[in-house]
Amino acid sequence: MATEDNEVEDPRPLVLIHNLPSFKLPLQDRLITHFRLFDSLASPEASSVRALICVGPTPVTADTLDHLPSLRLVVGSSAGLDHVDLAECRRRGIAVTNSGDAYSENVADYAVALLLDVLRRVSAADRFVRSGLWPQMGEYPLGCKLGGKRIGIVGLGSIGSEVAKRLVAFGCTVAYNSRNKKPSVMYPYYANVHDLAVNSDVLIVCCALTNETHHIINKDVLTALGREGVIINVGRGALVDEKELVQFLVQGEIGGAGLDVFENEPKVPKELFALDNVVLSPHLAVLTPESFEALNKVIIANLKAFFSNKPLLSPFQQE
Amino acid sequence: MDSITVLMTSPMSDYLEKQLKDRFNLVKLWAYSPKTDFFKHNSHSIRAVVGNTKIGADAELIDSLPELEIVSSYSVGLDKIDLRKCQEKGIRVTNTPDVLTDDVADVAMGLMLAVTRRVCECDRFVRRGLWPKGDFRLTNKFSGMQVGIVGLGRIGSAIAKRAEAFGCPISYYSRSEKPETNYKYFSNIIDLAVNCQILVVACALTEETHHIVNREVIDALGPEGILINIGRGSHVDEPELVSALLEGRLGGAGLDVYENEPEVPEQLFGLENVVLMPHVGSDTVETTDAMADLVIKNLEAHFLKKPLLTPVV
Repeated sequence: MATEDNEVEDPRPLVLIHNLPSFKLPLQDRLITHFRLFDSLASPEASSVRALICVGPTPVTADTLDHLPSLRLVVGSSAGLDHVDLAECRRRGIAVTNSGDAYSENVADYAVALLLDVLRRVSAADRFVRSGLWPQMGEYPLGCKLGGKRIGIVGLGSIGSEVAKRLVAFGCTVAYNSRNKKPSVMYPYYANVHDLAVNSDVLIVCCALTNETHHIINKDVLTALGREGVIINVGRGALVDEKELVQFLVQGEIGGAGLDVFENEPKVPKELFALDNVVLSPHLAVLTPESFEALNKVIIANLKAFFSNKPLLSPFQQE
Repeated sequence: MDSITVLMTSPMSDYLEKQLKDRFNLVKLWAYSPKTDFFKHNSHSIRAVVGNTKIGADAELIDSLPELEIVSSYSVGLDKIDLRKCQEKGIRVTNTPDVLTDDVADVAMGLMLAVTRRVCECDRFVRRGLWPKGDFRLTNKFSGMQVGIVGLGRIGSAIAKRAEAFGCPISYYSRSEKPETNYKYFSNIIDLAVNCQILVVACALTEETHHIVNREVIDALGPEGILINIGRGSHVDEPELVSALLEGRLGGAGLDVYENEPEVPEQLFGLENVVLMPHVGSDTVETTDAMADLVIKNLEAHFLKKPLLTPVV
């Protein structure tokens, strides 16, 4: 449509990139073909923009939303959305999407990698060999068999389902806890995490962090899991009562842990560094080039759907 | 049966040792030095040998034990046993298949995941206190990687089943094609290496498979390729492997076995694209006990003149 000055109006919808300085949106330049981007809440365009991309854990608060009166969509770039005030968004009629399935396989892979490492002592064995101790010390402590272990998945969403699928191939049995029982799922359901823990050898935490799930893995659950129990956390640090977990591990009251996330990243409790039955990673279950490619597609798909009034690809749903 | 003398070749399992001592007259080879003392005092009474991957029953040992009736190996691999000599002399041989298949396949998967996602390196990164200084970098996605298996036997098949759950396309090279599987067959190991990203050695060690992974195969696998060895160290030309890794001609390696265990090439210790384990493929409490039980059951069956459970010869 030509204006009086013979300028052609830019057909690309306007989108706000909402990011803290330390977080960059991967492959952002790919969005420019589809969308007109700006990145400041102080810009005059803030009053008319209808969609924003939230980069990493950049908070979206009521105050943020006050600057964006026309906003109707928050596109998250992570699986978790605990940094977004979801209640406030709901109140204002703002839809929220997350990364959908973009990361699920990578996170599931890392959860299984952590579990194998803890049970079969992969990292501890690697340290042992590299230290040159094998010729001196001969034997190495035995590990635990993965096959036949009862896996309890906390949060059977996209990631939890991918974890289950993999571990079944190793001869494990799977049960789960989620906010609601899923009628199409064959695995046994437990209405609360305590009961799941009682009936599991391993707990794999894959759920979203919300007010309800904060410290969902607490002293009671760790006790129920037992002395041989293993906990794997690829969700959020605050899903686990970290102080309690460290106590349990240091005192040998739990079998082991594989942790990709912590309550105060990048701080990791130093007591864990001396333990061979613990495997630690710096919140990178997601971080592969393939994740970013997939995320980019999900972001573009959600925005395109929104701007053409079609159903969103990955609206956030709590499991 | 405590009048029956059984020779154990090396300290392989406290549980097995106790079981043998309880049931038989146990002689421990490592309790004797020099070896000549042992042969002088015991050679005529020994009717069974329990060997493992370190010390089995070679021609020299077999020839020195005129009353030897059975070799019951605490392993599934038979490369340390002179099978031809056993056959000639009518000596029975048993091993421990099936009970350790899952654990060995699990270690293969653990190594694949650890190498591609740099799990051990990330753990080191955190323990060294490096995370507050900056993030680790990206690692490659594991799911969907093409996995090529050398030897589609029990262990190879178990690895394939697990890798399939990660969406990995499976291909293999074996002595014979297995049409009952859906996996892609290659008639030689070079073609397999060219067409996969992760090459897993899961076959038996024989004269034919010695150094089956040589320079040519390593080059075919290439700078993005990863080698996983849960077979025997001698499947791989180790000096070639080391120089390929040091020179970046091979992308990475996950090893549970080496040519001269427990010696491991020190040049590997500084590499972050390598994961090293000390031959622990079957080393879980559950499996080692099951292996020991199988050794005992085979020995008892033999001396009670009943059918052997897992005979090889």
